[in-house]
Amino acid sequence: MTTAVPLSWYLILSAILFGLGVAGFVFRRNIITVFMSIELMLNAVNLSFVAFSYQLRQTDGHIYTFFVMVVAAAEAAVGLAIILTVFKNRATLEIDEVSDLKN
Amino acid sequence: MLDTIFFYLFALLTLLGAVLTITRRSAVHSAISLIVSLVGVAGLFLLQRAEFLFAVQIVLYIGGIMLLFLFVIMLVNLDRAERERQFSKAWWLALACVVGVGAEIAYFLTKGPAAFQFPPGAASPGVASAAAGGNVERLADALFSEYLLPFEMASLLLLVAVVGSVILAKKRI
Repeated sequence: MTTAVPLSWYLILSAILFGLGVAGFVFRRNIITVFMSIELMLNAVNLSFVAFSYQLRQTDGHIYTFFVMVVAAAEAAVGLAIILTVFKNRATLEIDEVSDLKN
Repeated sequence: MLDTIFFYLFALLTLLGAVLTITRRSAVHSAISLIVSLVGVAGLFLLQRAEFLFAVQIVLYIGGIMLLFLFVIMLVNLDRAERERQFSKAWWLALACVVGVGAEIAYFLTKGPAAFQFPPGAASPGVASAAAGGNVERLADALFSEYLLPFEMASLLLLVAVVGSVILAKKRI
């Protein structure tokens, strides 16, 4: 079972994916799209976990990825409930208009 | 050779989906692009012999989380939001973040494999399925012995999250 794809390729892909997630997170004004950018970043981290795990012949990275996915599911459930509540109370999804906690 | 072709295929899928996710105006288009990106990542998992994570990615991420996203997008009224300005004024901050990540990538590219120090004996990859049993069996062994406490705590976390989201989304608390 030979591997033709070196680790650095996976890490570069993961870094680009993370950068796209960061850009979307800072760039977009729609809460739902910001939330999707967070999912992108989580996926980038998962990808590098699995790449290292594959390289080092260990399953620990897979376990961490599994837990990251579980936490992402919990986060999505709570976050989307918060988004629904915000939309019900304010009828907007613009992050700039939801700024009550700003000093 | 085949590995490389599949890597490029899935990497292209992942990056294309990610770029469309952060640039599309419509939230539904963004969600569908994100699904494409997640499928690409799932393919990359499979390429690295992480069969269990491949299945979890498809079932939990695409089947669970993204479905939740699409439901919420359909529950909220986005007709007005689509006509408004989509991109934040803090574009220079986003640019700085992307430049930072780009510098990191450039560092990796110039240093090559020498950028990572591996312990001796871990030189050649090829994991999991080669040794005792398949990937799923090994993961199950580790999950129910070494990582039993985190596993149970994850289930507790999910329970709390479900109860919390139901309470948050209720009409009257």
